[in-house]
Amino acid sequence: MIEFRNVKFEYEKGKEVLHDMSFRIEKGESVGLIGANGAGKSTIMKLLLGLLQGEGKVLIDGTEVKKETLGEIRAKLGFVLQNSDNQMFMPTVYEDMIFGPLNYGLSREVVDKRVDEVLARLNLEYLKHRYNHKISGGEKRMGAIATILAMEPAAILMDEPTSALDPYNRRLVINTIRELEQTKLIASHDLDMILDTCDRVILISGGRIAADGPAREILSNKELLEANRMELPLRMQ
Amino acid sequence: MKKGIYRMNKMQKALAELSEMDELAARRSPVHTLHPAAKLLTTIVYILVTLSFDKYDLSGIVPMVLWPVLMFTISGVNVRTCFYKLRIVLPLVMAVGLFNPFFDKEIMVSIGGIGVSGGVISMITLMLKGVFCLMASFLLMATTKIDSLCAALRKLHVPAMLVSLLQLTYRYVGVMTEELAVMTEAYHLRAPGQKGIHISAWGSFLGQLLLRSMDRAQELFSSMMLRGYHEHFHYADIDRFRARDALFMAGCILFFVLLRYGNIAQLIGGLVVY
Repeated sequence: MIEFRNVKFEYEKGKEVLHDMSFRIEKGESVGLIGANGAGKSTIMKLLLGLLQGEGKVLIDGTEVKKETLGEIRAKLGFVLQNSDNQMFMPTVYEDMIFGPLNYGLSREVVDKRVDEVLARLNLEYLKHRYNHKISGGEKRMGAIATILAMEPAAILMDEPTSALDPYNRRLVINTIRELEQTKLIASHDLDMILDTCDRVILISGGRIAADGPAREILSNKELLEANRMELPLRMQ
Repeated sequence: MKKGIYRMNKMQKALAELSEMDELAARRSPVHTLHPAAKLLTTIVYILVTLSFDKYDLSGIVPMVLWPVLMFTISGVNVRTCFYKLRIVLPLVMAVGLFNPFFDKEIMVSIGGIGVSGGVISMITLMLKGVFCLMASFLLMATTKIDSLCAALRKLHVPAMLVSLLQLTYRYVGVMTEELAVMTEAYHLRAPGQKGIHISAWGSFLGQLLLRSMDRAQELFSSMMLRGYHEHFHYADIDRFRARDALFMAGCILFFVLLRYGNIAQLIGGLVVY
């Protein structure tokens, strides 16, 4: 489903931030992308979405990410941003949810049906006509996930989906993520959340893959985590 | 400390006011449900008619207030809200023609033995023109969602690029105000009791504001692109132009013509003065 093949990337000439990186994520997998600040997690996300272009090949469902295929790629990938304020830019949750599907040419009837289905699935019917500036941070995060689900993407990428949330809303988001059937790639420092939602973990360090394997195995390896400026998840300490 | 908190609230208030316009436009009333193109065209005609009055035609321009007053009443939008939201622009509009009394001193009318110069009359006329035009524009914004307005502009064949620019500007004003609110708060927390932002910090403050706004705007734009946005918005679905919209437009334009060429003030005066 998602493939990184010998990808290199540099923001400034001579300062490579990703070094010959390769990995593959199969359909339906739920993968946690972890690493210290500046390790390259966000760069990987941006390369997958075609917001950045590097050397090597990035493939989504066998299609290479390049200028000509961006429309097709982005229709398959949903991206939940770390800052929901940047994701929810329309006046109401409903208007935000229809923004993507309408841009992809779906009829208003189909889109409205989708919106209602997604909101019902997430128990967010009450949010439908609420104004984005009047809902709480947790509701906004759930709304952001809903806007992505309304596009029915094949895979969902998430950047710190539980950051700045209170325990209740954090748990709500975690339960929602667990119930999503799509392929998931979640970048986060919240290792407890990664443990709850992902089967596999890719640990990035200095633009290289430091470890790739079952979540429980990697997240319980104290030496490995500490060597890469991370800690054991709280529940394992 | 109090001053710092006051300023932060002021910025938040500005943000809330911006959002309130969306809420006002989302209400339901006979004016809200009119076709946006009908409202837009009627407003443009109203503004043109208002501006066409001679600078000394005070008695002619005064009845032009009837249309906005009528629309405010039917739409349920509070006139006070209008003047409150326009409080920053209104003084500027009022300042237009402020010097006329100094240049045009010829007495044109005498009220109770007191001579009124042409400059005073033209000043009041210009002020009224400005206020009426602002009231009409506010009314349009308060009864029409920005997306519907943009859809109407597209229907009127305004270039997509210009319409997208309008829509994006509307969105980004909010983003910039949010950044300004955060920065002002951070500044005043470290400069308690200081009035305003010190001139020595203006350069870096504005530079930072620009950079931060650009960063946020970039992220927002990426988020739009990732959801299929391509150069222009998918405009709101607006209803077909119905008979009632045409009737509204025709009725209003007829009313404006009547106000422009029939001396309504004299007519009303004739009813009460024998």
